[in-house]
Amino acid sequence: MYQYDKYDQQMVDTRVEEFRDQTRRRLSGELSEEKFRPLRLMNGLYLQLHAYMLRVAVPYGTLSGAQMKALGDIADKYDRGYGHFTTRQNIQYNWIKLEDAPEILADLAKVEMHAIQTSGNCIRNISSDHFAGAAADEIIDPRPYAELLRQWSSFHPEFSYLPRKFKIAVIASDTDRAAMRLHDIGIQMVRNDAGEIGCAFYVGGGMGRTPMVAPLINAFVPLDELITYSEACLRVYNRHGRRDNKYKARIKILVHEMGKDEYTRQVEEEFTHLKAQGIEPPLAELARIEPYFADPAFKTGIVDEIASDAPDFALWVGRNTVLHKAPGYVSAVISLKPVGGIPGDASADQIRLMGDLATEYSFDECRVMHTQNIVLPHVEKGRLKELYDTLAANGLAAPNLDTIEDIIACPGLDYCSLANARSIPVAQKISERFAGNGKTAALGELKLKISGCINACGHHHAGHIGILGVDKKGVENYQLLLGGSEAQDTSLGKITGPGFDEDGIVDAVEKATDVYLEKREDGERFLDTYRRIGMDPFKEAIYG
Amino acid sequence: MVELLRFRDDEPSESPAVTVDSFGDQSNAGAVRIEPGDDARELLPHLAHVRRVEINFPVFGDGRGYSAARILREAGFEGEIRAVGDVAVDQLAYMRRCGFDAFQPDKAMNDADVEVALSRWDDVYQKTTDGLTPIWALRHGNADV
Amino acid sequence: MKILTGNDLKTGDVTWWDGQGWSRHVNDAVDVGAMADEIAAREEAARNVVSAYAIDATTDADGIRPAHIKDRIRALGPTVRPDLTLKPADPEAGNWVI
Repeated sequence: MYQYDKYDQQMVDTRVEEFRDQTRRRLSGELSEEKFRPLRLMNGLYLQLHAYMLRVAVPYGTLSGAQMKALGDIADKYDRGYGHFTTRQNIQYNWIKLEDAPEILADLAKVEMHAIQTSGNCIRNISSDHFAGAAADEIIDPRPYAELLRQWSSFHPEFSYLPRKFKIAVIASDTDRAAMRLHDIGIQMVRNDAGEIGCAFYVGGGMGRTPMVAPLINAFVPLDELITYSEACLRVYNRHGRRDNKYKARIKILVHEMGKDEYTRQVEEEFTHLKAQGIEPPLAELARIEPYFADPAFKTGIVDEIASDAPDFALWVGRNTVLHKAPGYVSAVISLKPVGGIPGDASADQIRLMGDLATEYSFDECRVMHTQNIVLPHVEKGRLKELYDTLAANGLAAPNLDTIEDIIACPGLDYCSLANARSIPVAQKISERFAGNGKTAALGELKLKISGCINACGHHHAGHIGILGVDKKGVENYQLLLGGSEAQDTSLGKITGPGFDEDGIVDAVEKATDVYLEKREDGERFLDTYRRIGMDPFKEAIYG
Repeated sequence: MVELLRFRDDEPSESPAVTVDSFGDQSNAGAVRIEPGDDARELLPHLAHVRRVEINFPVFGDGRGYSAARILREAGFEGEIRAVGDVAVDQLAYMRRCGFDAFQPDKAMNDADVEVALSRWDDVYQKTTDGLTPIWALRHGNADV
Repeated sequence: MKILTGNDLKTGDVTWWDGQGWSRHVNDAVDVGAMADEIAAREEAARNVVSAYAIDATTDADGIRPAHIKDRIRALGPTVRPDLTLKPADPEAGNWVI
């Protein structure tokens, strides 16, 4: 994985000192909260319901074992012994003190990490495919391009006071595991007819209160124009994105109101202008970055079978391991969704253990998934059983990847100052319900996503089943959505009808799944059946 | 305390700035003021006459002025670009990178803070017109980019 | 009644205006009537609190009850982690917020 050189390290170290100075000026009264707020946000520091919250960047979701362990240590040293992995492939700490924040950033810098631009109206952490470098279906590892974009977008002098936040994802396979088209810019690495690698640009997607699927605006941007083209996309947005209404300020609204064709025309015009400015790093810079993402030294001739008669292990292997490009290896997913647990939370001890396991079993590498789980990308099949036994002994072996128990949930009103309703208790009740009634296995792949407000951090629009918490005259109320997807068949869920209370929504989810079990045809997932038969049978079962 | 911070050797032009709209008719004005919604490119045909461009920041969070400044510099404008309005020390470094070379903030800045802010960053990741060599060029031994 | 709440600037802790200073316990809150803005402005300027705002509340047998669930959760702590609330010994404390 990528390692900082002296320049990267110095940039991050300098940022720590800058924020230390800004925090000092805030605490001494030289900086007002109004002026300090955007500065702390650009260092990932929010003020939430119970305390400050720090969001640490995990660029394209990749961490070394030592970095993961450092995240566990921070949870103990500065927080209350746990952390929360998020849908942005980041980690958040919920109980941070402002006076500690500079010291935490200094601790992060020691392991080549930071919280730069994890909030604020700037270019956020770049996300990517959590199976990058391991997936059998990728045309190339997308992360070197994500790293090039990370450096370009960090401390960008022109794009740090954008109309609104800006999220970029980079993938390199037709199977989309990163919700690429629901980003402000989604980039898919592609190969053209001449066999050259380039970038397909999708611009103007997003969730939030006005969900939109990004249209393709350029099918092939050559590698030596990636940064210049991105700069053009951002400049048109910075100049023309709406600033009169924060709910209409995302680039999706600009692309929608201006029209895809006119937006694209303006980008092309700006791009032509910027090409003459020589702002593109040379391909030699990509060539410098790429070797950091070279395959680890996979063994050859190793056992390519997973031998075990233990049913628990077999179930976990069936659900939580994923095909790898190298014979004898799998990617193993550590579920952070134990039945009745808090999706994405892990204790400091668990975080450190996962760091150790990454070092021991996965060439010192792990990944944060946007589904709030952790991946050990490169595990030998022959060593899976011992890995599993360790996970099971530490509450990390829930066998439920991509099932209805593998719920995405935002922190909701238990933690978040924007939320209208709690998300976590609903997730807990649903996972308990389905673990209890034994329907999880029969339901197969079923992506359930819960947001506690319209901002959609829990990706409810993109769930096969989505749940949106709203405030109904001071009481929590939950709307049900069906038919969303954030994969390559991206679609936005539709609301079934009137909302429910906390227990009512759990019942409604079960009724929806019963319709599927009754109506499904061979090989259909819940989503496929919904698409075939439409909303009506579900409505009838839920409200009839 | 700093009320006008300037990084130029020429004498400050203090002729009153006119709006972008009216500038087309008074191209002898010498100074023009860009508001956030104005298109900086409308000035490009007239830049030869302009000594000073003021770019107004009614609120510091409106970042359109950063693009306006870069567009002027990218077009070769060598006169003064002055940030006016809600401009604070924590925005100075990025503004310098975008081509601002004068600052007239609503609220005067502390000298020591200004010095720290402008000397903090040794290196930069992006190429702009400010003459600094981006890190990618330093890495590949090309300091002249 | 109107009570005033905010977060401690340095620690981020949820605090309530008790007439003299800031308490972590909602039951210490006092009715600020029409004084909310004045107290908030003064206390924010003194850097004792950040993001102060006034809310409606009532008094019942359990003490002071903020009108909105969000402020009841702020007063208690996260309902999904009873161990981290202000009433860690009371497993039923979360019911108070609903």
